[in-house]
Amino acid sequence: MSDQIKVTGKASDEQITYANMLFYGSWSGLGLMAVTYLLYVFGIITPHIPLDQVPLMWSQPVGTYLELGHVPTGWGWTVLILKGDFLNFLGIVLLAAMTIVCYIPLIPAFLKRKELVFAGLALAEILVLMFAASGIVGGGGH
Amino acid sequence: MTMNRKHVLAGSACIVLMGVLLFAAFAWASNAGTDAVHQVGADMVKAGAQLGADTGVAWWVWPLVLLFFCFVLGIIAVLAGVGGGVLYVPLVSGFFPFHLDFVRGAGLMVALAGALAAGPGLLKRNFASLRLALPVALIASSCAILGAFLGMALPTNVVQLFLGITIMGIAILLLCSKNTAHPVVTKADALGIALGMNGAYNDPATGQMVEWKTHRTLPGLLMFIIIGIMAGMFGLGAGWANVPVLNLMMGAPLKVAVGTSKFLLSITDTSAAWVYLNKGCVIPLMAIPSIIGLMLGSFVGVRLLAKAKPTFIRYMVIGVLLFAGGKALLKGLGI
Repeated sequence: MSDQIKVTGKASDEQITYANMLFYGSWSGLGLMAVTYLLYVFGIITPHIPLDQVPLMWSQPVGTYLELGHVPTGWGWTVLILKGDFLNFLGIVLLAAMTIVCYIPLIPAFLKRKELVFAGLALAEILVLMFAASGIVGGGGH
Repeated sequence: MTMNRKHVLAGSACIVLMGVLLFAAFAWASNAGTDAVHQVGADMVKAGAQLGADTGVAWWVWPLVLLFFCFVLGIIAVLAGVGGGVLYVPLVSGFFPFHLDFVRGAGLMVALAGALAAGPGLLKRNFASLRLALPVALIASSCAILGAFLGMALPTNVVQLFLGITIMGIAILLLCSKNTAHPVVTKADALGIALGMNGAYNDPATGQMVEWKTHRTLPGLLMFIIIGIMAGMFGLGAGWANVPVLNLMMGAPLKVAVGTSKFLLSITDTSAAWVYLNKGCVIPLMAIPSIIGLMLGSFVGVRLLAKAKPTFIRYMVIGVLLFAGGKALLKGLGI
């Protein structure tokens, strides 16, 4: 970090960039989520699982919900994007993806200042989050 | 908020709304061909639904109750100075009919949404430090994936048991820990220097610039292994653990510790949230009113903060956590 930034106590340029991207992205995600939810609960878009059936399954383990509701795992929900319930995943995924998106500009910013450690940390974090997002990590439902 | 930002926000909102409405119109028009598939699905769902008890309550009641419950939770969380996630999971799993799998999925989304919303302001004021967050975030987020995997693999009663113990531990930690506004760090250690864990911020309360550095960096980083695993396993936000580690162990000033912790949640919870999302543990019908309710409650809570008595509310929350933790414990023991 440059001495200029340290002395003034102000946030670095990359920190400000991160903040701005996070601001617009996360509020867009929340807005989208609110809109798609209204479309879902008011029945404007037909859901994959009828609304009155969901409460019968949300008290059951996730494995039962997946089986009875024929709910795909991983990125399989994209096939059902035209369904009211899975349309909500657009906003949810946007929120979940924001951190990955915001991390990307950090790498060139740190490389420019020859802060290789932080550039490496940013790259590693992107890889970790993409690994989590990919659906490769599996675990048994019960 | 500047006029430019208002215009951009309004514009973005209009574009999003128009896009979704157009998409909806298209989807509505194309739904006619999918009715047969939907009917088959509905029949199969009804046949299998005997497993779930039909309480006779309309489907919209619980999401509505959840919305208002989380609104109140959001207010209380801000006033008590705790994260919404740490209240959400034990209380919703204890008093609502949702399975713990879905409560954890929603709990992570709730904590994530709160952290994402708070992050920009904290980063701009330099209360959240990227330099402090990046190394610990990598450790915590990696371990959160492991925690999520473990949490999904373990039997529910075992997770309930551990959740109960953890929640009660959190309550005791909140009761006993005394955070320090400005810890004394005489010398930064080699690892802290190598990782560049230092910085400065302008404290609006005093008008002074505060420079900071960290020590006990390695033990601190190792603690984030445990924090990450617990966050992923239980679907909790990890603010209750991040702040004491950053402040009391590593020596970051309290404002930087709190700000960085909140920002850190957006990274830690992202990795765990993806695991739960990919496993089908996020049901929009319950997750979205939880997120929106808590966010709205947090806004109101911030405005009430000046008038409320935070100490009393904090003790009340500690009491509620002890009760909820005990309930989860008993549930895990099958009592």
